[in-house]
Order: sequence, then C-alpha cells, then structure tokens
Amino acid sequence: MTTPLDNLFVKVRAENRAALIAYIPAGFPSQEGCKKVIDAFVAGGVDAIEIGFPYSDPVMDGPTIQAAADTALANGTGASDVMNALAYAAAQGVPAVVMTYWNPIERYGVEKFAQSIADNGGSGVITPDLTIEESDGWAAATQASEINPIYVVALSTSDARLAKVTARCGGFVYAASLMGVTGTRATVSSGAADLVSRIRKVTELPVAVGLGVSTREQAKAVASYADGVIVGSAFINKLLDAGTEESALIAITDLAKELSLGVREGR
Amino acid sequence: MTTQPIDDLSQILGHFGAYGGRFVPEALIGALEELEQAHLTAQNDPAFAAQLGELHRTYSGRPSIITEAKRFAEYAGGARIILKREDLNHTGSHKINNVLGQALLTKRMGKKRIIAETGAGQHGVASATAAALMGLECVVYMGEEDTKRQSLNVARMKLLGAEVIPVTTGSRTLKDAINEAMRDWVTNVETTHYLLGTVAGPHPFPTMVRDFHKIIGEEAKIQVLDLTGRLPDAVLACVGGGSNAIGIFHNFIGDAGVRLIGLEAGGDGVETGRHAATITGGTAGVLHGTRSYVLQDENGQTIESHSISAGLDYPGVGPEHAYLHDIGRAEYRAITDSQAMEAFALLCKTEGIIPAIETAHALAGAMQVGKELGPDAILLINLSGRGDKDVQTAAQYFGIPLD
Repeated sequence: MTTPLDNLFVKVRAENRAALIAYIPAGFPSQEGCKKVIDAFVAGGVDAIEIGFPYSDPVMDGPTIQAAADTALANGTGASDVMNALAYAAAQGVPAVVMTYWNPIERYGVEKFAQSIADNGGSGVITPDLTIEESDGWAAATQASEINPIYVVALSTSDARLAKVTARCGGFVYAASLMGVTGTRATVSSGAADLVSRIRKVTELPVAVGLGVSTREQAKAVASYADGVIVGSAFINKLLDAGTEESALIAITDLAKELSLGVREGR
Repeated sequence: MTTQPIDDLSQILGHFGAYGGRFVPEALIGALEELEQAHLTAQNDPAFAAQLGELHRTYSGRPSIITEAKRFAEYAGGARIILKREDLNHTGSHKINNVLGQALLTKRMGKKRIIAETGAGQHGVASATAAALMGLECVVYMGEEDTKRQSLNVARMKLLGAEVIPVTTGSRTLKDAINEAMRDWVTNVETTHYLLGTVAGPHPFPTMVRDFHKIIGEEAKIQVLDLTGRLPDAVLACVGGGSNAIGIFHNFIGDAGVRLIGLEAGGDGVETGRHAATITGGTAGVLHGTRSYVLQDENGQTIESHSISAGLDYPGVGPEHAYLHDIGRAEYRAITDSQAMEAFALLCKTEGIIPAIETAHALAGAMQVGKELGPDAILLINLSGRGDKDVQTAAQYFGIPLD
C-alpha cells in the first residue's frame, strides 16, 4: 500500500527538491481558525500538513507550541476536533498527518486511533515520545489501517539504534535537527546534515528535518540534504504576534510562499 | 512496510506487568541507557556500596531509628504503632537516600550539572544539599504555586547554592516542574543528569530510585523484629509519586502475611474530583515517560491534582505501585486533607513529633487500620519527613496567628 504522503516524496524526488511540511495544532487559534490556517498553508504552496493533537504535558515543545496548545485546550479541543482538522486538510488535496504524544492515542484506543486516521484521509501519525520498545501494538495497528508510523530520531541516536527505529518507520523519518525543544532558532544546527547522512546509511525512506527552521535561507540549506523541511513555530508565531487573525493568515501564506521557494533552491 | 521484531526487547527491563517502560523523545534514550548502565555497574561494585554506606553513616545519619508511638496509638485502636524515623535524616526526609545515590552516579558518569524537580521542596533541598557536598551545579524546577506554599524550602535551596526556577506553565505545581526539567534535560543532556526524585519517570528511574530507598524497609524489618519479635501486620506509607512507600514496602513484598497499605492524597474527597489519589481515582495511562495510573480526562489530558500537601500533589504515581495494586499485593486508600490534618495535629500533641503533611496521610491511615485490626496488631509506618516546612500551612489551617 502507499499513502498520499508516500506519493508526495516520490513526486518531490522526481522534481529534485524537498517537500515543505507545515504544522498547526488542531483547535488553534480556534476550530474554524485552524481551517483557515490550513487554507493559508495550501495557498502558500505547502506540500504536506501536520495536525498537532494539543496535549497538557508537551515535554518536547518550547514556549510557542506550548502557548498554542494551551489555547487549543482552552478551546476544548479533543480527538474529534483533531480528526476533523485532519479530514479538512486531506480534503484540500495535501497529504496530512497527525503529530501527537502517545497518551492521547492510548486513551482513544490504539487500533481505533489508527483506523480513525485512515478513515479521515490521513496518511500517518508522528509519535515523538513512543519508543520502539513500546511500539508493538502501534506497529500492528498502523499496518492494519495502512497508515505511516513516523518516528522522530535525534542527534544523539546511535547508528545501531537508527537502524532499529527506521525499520519501524513509514512515510518518512523525522530528524530532529538539534538537542532541545521545538521553536525557531537563528541557525539550524550543523549536526542535522550529519544526522541525515547517518540515517541514509540505514534506510531508503525519505528524511525530513524539523526543529528550528523559520526562514527561506534555512529551508534552502536544509533542502540541500533532506527530503523534507518541517516548519511549525514560525507559523504559530504569526498568530501569537499582536495583530488580527486576518493579517496573521496573510503572513502565514507569505511565509509559506517564501519557504516553498527555499525548498526548491537547495540543490 | 514491514514490522521487524525487536531482537533485544526481552532484555529491556523496567516493566512491572503492563506498567513502566520508556515513553520519551529519542533524544533521551542515550542518556537513559547510560544511566541504566551506570546504575547496574554501581550495584555490582563494592566500592560504590562502601562509598554510599559511608555517606549514610557519617552524613545523613543512617540507620534511622524506630520510635514506638504509644500515646498516638490510643487514637489508632490501641494497635502498636511503630514509626520509621526518616524525618531524622539530614535534610529532614527520606529523599536524601536517593539523592546521595544519584549524585554519586552523576560523578561516575562525568557529569557536572544536576537538575531536579520538586513539589514540597524536600527533594529540591536534598538535591541542593548533595550538589553542595559533591561540587555539582544544581538547578531546581519548582511550580510557582509551590514556591509560595513552601517559601522556607526555596530559601534553603538558595542558601545551599542551588538556582530555583519557578515554573509558570500549566497548574504551576509538581507536574509542570517535571515538564520543565525534562525540557532542560532534552536540551542539556550531554552535561546534565536529571536527578528525578521519585519512583516514576522512564526506566531506569522507578527501579533505580527504589533501589536507593529500599534500605528503609531493610532496616525497619530488623528493627521491628528486634522490638516485637515478629513481623508487623501492616506497613503503611503515604503515596504521591511513591518513593518512600516503595522504600519501606520493598523488603516486605515477599512476606505474604504483611499487608502493604499506601495512603494517597484524597484532597477534598475523591468524589469531588479535587484530589491527588491517582490509583484510587485514576485510570491507566502514560505520563512523564512511564505507563501507570494517571488522573486524566477522556482525551488523555492530564487532570490537575489537588492536595493540601505539595509533595503528594501529583496526578501520576510510580509504575511499581500500579502493578502492586493490580496484582493485589498492596492496597491503596485515599486520605482527605482534613483527615490528614487531624492526624498531623495528633502526632504533634501526643508524641512531640511534627510530621510533614505528606506523612500525616500515612498517620491518618494508621488510625483507620489500627481501629480495624485492634490492639493485637503491629503497624509499621514510614515517618517519611518532618513538618518544619509545613508550619506556615498548618498554622493557617488551624488558625494560629503568625505575626
């Protein structure tokens, strides 16, 4: 089986460029506002969308995504809203995945969650705190529902472990470019290129790089060695900055256009 | 897509039945494996045991004594009440046992900086103490709400040279302090050891922290046998994350005739939803890197806990407790704020011992169980901490003017 996400990476490889992947939590800035952000992503040329499942204890996230998650939770966002946002994104014709900490999946029901992702047109799920040692049930569920289980690897992940983690992975491998939490950085860690080359030695899967990317120049630099560039906090900052939602949505589309130029300039 | 079997799965320790394990960002796996290895190596190294034993004898004051609470016993059905006096340890609670062990491991791993979370401040004070003793940099994360409830302990940590960072996210209590500490650790894992203060978190913490506290039960079993000539009928301890309880329970798990009873923080009452009784009122889930019981809603979001005791105010619990509960080896009950404060006041007035409010939950449990079992029973209670830090809270509760 192949998912829309698998097909996307075949396409961008043929076009000799990287894919631009954008992140927004469900329910942020509101349920309707999230759909408008998805529209703004699509208008700006984003290739794939990650819908975040806002969680009360996001230990991998910096202040920007924490603030967005707090707003989303205050808006009462739950699993059904996540699935609605996912379905909306997929309906716009872009591959869409959910990114979530593990406990909401376990609470929802592991098999049921995987099937809901598939039923709502999703391609896969990124699970940043699910270790492969705990992933047997998830591996079976994602296989049965024919969606991509996407794992995050780190600069500190050993070569031996990279082989094991990527063997469980589908869609793409999420390479965290720095040791730290999510958020924009002035420079993208130089360790990311080395991590990507280490990943390529153990898997044929596409590799997307996240954490810290916010500008066209950074996107271009990452696109020179990676198959995908993931941007989250830089978009969310547009909504957290003072100003109207309308002006923020325009800024999001403008940033997406810039970044989508960047992912085409890398090679 | 193929699912490959994980060849070394059987070697992954740290599961207690369905509980425990590791649910963490991949960035932390290397550090957890390094820590697990350092702990295993130290366990088999007589030099480590000698070093830790020396610190116990000459620094923290082990073995801690037992005290029979005869006047308090009159309020506990006349049962014999034996207190294991962890409150007499240096820094005033059991927390020092774990902290000294982990600080030694930090030195062995060549790390120079420790971070810690704290609720009541007992673990933060113990961590700051060990850092001062061993020349380590120390940063303590503490919920802003708790820095207000426990301002005396904040000052103690600062006097000991630690930096205290008030956490202003979420409920501003222990759970949020753990989130911030984990974010710091993900960022600084090369140079930093996360000195987790309870038997929760990802493997190896639940096992390792238990190993550093099990000396409580090892000493207590011998002491109770010496005093009474037999094993106690029940061992009682308060349970937040559960470290003092596992410490005193562990050496009795094989003694089928000894009931193990954990007392959780019932807050305003479990039925009100305002409590921290995770096993009594929670459901199975994953929080802070481990699978255990969690206070959570239908979406898996953590529900904020409530307790008069900052040290028990945590919506999770150690995975070994979840397991002991499920297999029926240990029982868990909820003690409300008012029941705990009644026991707090009683121990002060009948025995001249001011307990920590955390510990007062175990004392309230002893009053219940003593009445159930009657005067022939022997109850061993872990007096896990002293109440100096709680004087302000208690004075407010009992309406004692402070100025």
